[in-house]
Amino acid sequence: MEANLNHVHEPWVRIAKRDNMSFLTKLGIRIAVLAVGIVICAIIIYIITGLNPFVVYLTVVKGAFGTVRRIWATVREMMMLACIAIGLAPAFKMKFWNIGAEGQVLIGGIVSAGCMIYLPFLPAPILLLLMFVLSAAAGALWGLVPAVFKAKWNTNETLFTLMMNYIAIQLTAFFVSKWENPKGSNTVGIINPNTRAGWFPEIAGQQFMLNVIIVLVLALLMNIYLKYTKHGYEIAVVGESWNTARYAGINVGKILVRTMLLSGAVCGIAGFLAVSGASHTISTSTAGGRGFTAIIVAWLAKFDSLTMLFISLMLAFFDSGANEIASKCGLNDYASDMIIGIILFFILAGDFFVNYRLIFRKKLSMGTVDKNVGASGKEVA
Amino acid sequence: MMQNFVTLIRAAVFFGTVIMFGCVGETVTEKAGNLNLGVPGIMYLGGIASLSSVFIYEGSTENPNKAVCVLLALVSAFVASSLGGLIYAFLTITLRANQNVTGLTLTIFGSGVANFFGGSLNTLAGRFEQIAVPVTSAAFRTTLPFSDSLGIVGELFFSYGFMVYLAIVFAVMTHLFMNHTRRGLNLRTVGENPAAADAAGINVNLNKYLAICLGAGICGFGGVYYVMDYIKGTWANDGSIETLGWLAVALVIFTTWKSKHAIWGAYLFGILYWLYLYIPGLTRSSQEIFKMLPYVVTVVVLIVTSLRNSRDKQPPAALGLPYFREER
Repeated sequence: MEANLNHVHEPWVRIAKRDNMSFLTKLGIRIAVLAVGIVICAIIIYIITGLNPFVVYLTVVKGAFGTVRRIWATVREMMMLACIAIGLAPAFKMKFWNIGAEGQVLIGGIVSAGCMIYLPFLPAPILLLLMFVLSAAAGALWGLVPAVFKAKWNTNETLFTLMMNYIAIQLTAFFVSKWENPKGSNTVGIINPNTRAGWFPEIAGQQFMLNVIIVLVLALLMNIYLKYTKHGYEIAVVGESWNTARYAGINVGKILVRTMLLSGAVCGIAGFLAVSGASHTISTSTAGGRGFTAIIVAWLAKFDSLTMLFISLMLAFFDSGANEIASKCGLNDYASDMIIGIILFFILAGDFFVNYRLIFRKKLSMGTVDKNVGASGKEVA
Repeated sequence: MMQNFVTLIRAAVFFGTVIMFGCVGETVTEKAGNLNLGVPGIMYLGGIASLSSVFIYEGSTENPNKAVCVLLALVSAFVASSLGGLIYAFLTITLRANQNVTGLTLTIFGSGVANFFGGSLNTLAGRFEQIAVPVTSAAFRTTLPFSDSLGIVGELFFSYGFMVYLAIVFAVMTHLFMNHTRRGLNLRTVGENPAAADAAGINVNLNKYLAICLGAGICGFGGVYYVMDYIKGTWANDGSIETLGWLAVALVIFTTWKSKHAIWGAYLFGILYWLYLYIPGLTRSSQEIFKMLPYVVTVVVLIVTSLRNSRDKQPPAALGLPYFREER
């Protein structure tokens, strides 16, 4: 179908896939794209506020890494985001559009908060372990429902999981008004402020060390699971094509359900981290949109754990940094969403230049067309 | 009792109009085969563009002209949301980025931009009161002059600002366009089978670009209606537009990609959303459970349509799938 046999209709520019780019070139392109994004943000900041962009970015760095306390806040945020992204990775690798992380995190959070409220008398290790297991189970259950319907009747999972978010948010609102403290405040308040039952213990004097340890372990395990196990391979095959998977004797439904159980469980654990390891309370904004941001993190990282950690760090950095600009310059902290949005657009655009190359008419000579014939890798709807 | 019923229906119409715009716009987009999860972001962009342009205009003249206000709000919203759609279209069509991920990014971006400006418009403009655009909002909320004299009928059907009727007009026009014009047929072909459309000489990318930008523009009107009429010409950083945007996406499924069904579907969502206020004996916590209703209903519809699997209730066959001529 290409016009390479007929020079009359040859297009001015064509796009061809490329797959032999060295790691360094890829890295170079990504860094360049990121740099362009940051410069564009700087220009926009300058136009809106009239502030010197260099000063603004210096404020961002100070806001994210200025003091030990701030570094830990940024790290905590990074670990939350990374945890959800790690949970989403298997689902998205399978091309199961789990938009429902927000809900899965909340459900995990509700269960954790419930344990803290009703079982504060248990010994700390047992209580924490119980919270870990139960919140994972709750998240898994929340992920299981859409997966079962997808497996049985091919119900659209994108919208199913999206709706499950709102059901979880209402459920959270229900429990918030049930557990509210003090009465009439419509917030749960800090749970067990005196006994600290169900709070993460300090490790090496650091309040958030356990968050870091849990997420790093999960990251490592998930990387091994996806790259070096039979399960991981099956997920990859189902993600490429359901038909191929069936032909290879893979029970697609079983893989869908199993993977979503895992995905939901890790997101549930993220809810446990948010409640027990960070805020010590529960509200409808406990997940705070991270479930959506994490999707982008997982996708951009191509499900590689180390990359996910790195992108999470970058986003957490901009998030805490932008909050600092907001308070310093009297603007509101939604500036961070705007900046993150712009930078993500650039990273998404950068992917194109990593995966494709442009072939202009002049350069084209006969026979250099490297089409990927047949390897269309069509998604299964 | 009767008064309660009228209040509920009116609340449902206000609510439904916002998501009807979103639903119709997203239907146009999805018919071209692109699942744009940026609807909430686009609505945000439309809302803030109309608010800030009118805010500047009203602040700069002594006697703002109502017609200019309305026109300015609509045009700026359409332009801003279409630009949002254009970013999405450029990334997903030309740069081949993933549709879902790009859409979600657009939502983050749109909500960031809108809430940023919504929250700091006063500070930036050097004024310190709550943002208000009284003239424009009043113009948007002007009802038909005879609505008061018709009793309940007037209250139920004629007591709304013009955008309520505009939404219905858009829904009908989209239905006619899709099913009774050649261009509509071409657009649907692009969404069903882009390769066939391409072979038939239809410009797939152009169709997708136009559908996405136009669809986004219509979604943006949902934001305008929300800002100007629903919350009466001010700004709230409470994330409601986001919820409404996602409900609009859900409504597309509910209507099985037929914009004519959006006319009643949107109001039904509105009724389901506000019903908890009219159920006697609910405590505050059980109200929260009741508020799940629209989402649960959407899930049920989703399941039922997939169960029945009837051919006229399916999404466009190539929805969400990228089309690259070279990769066939």
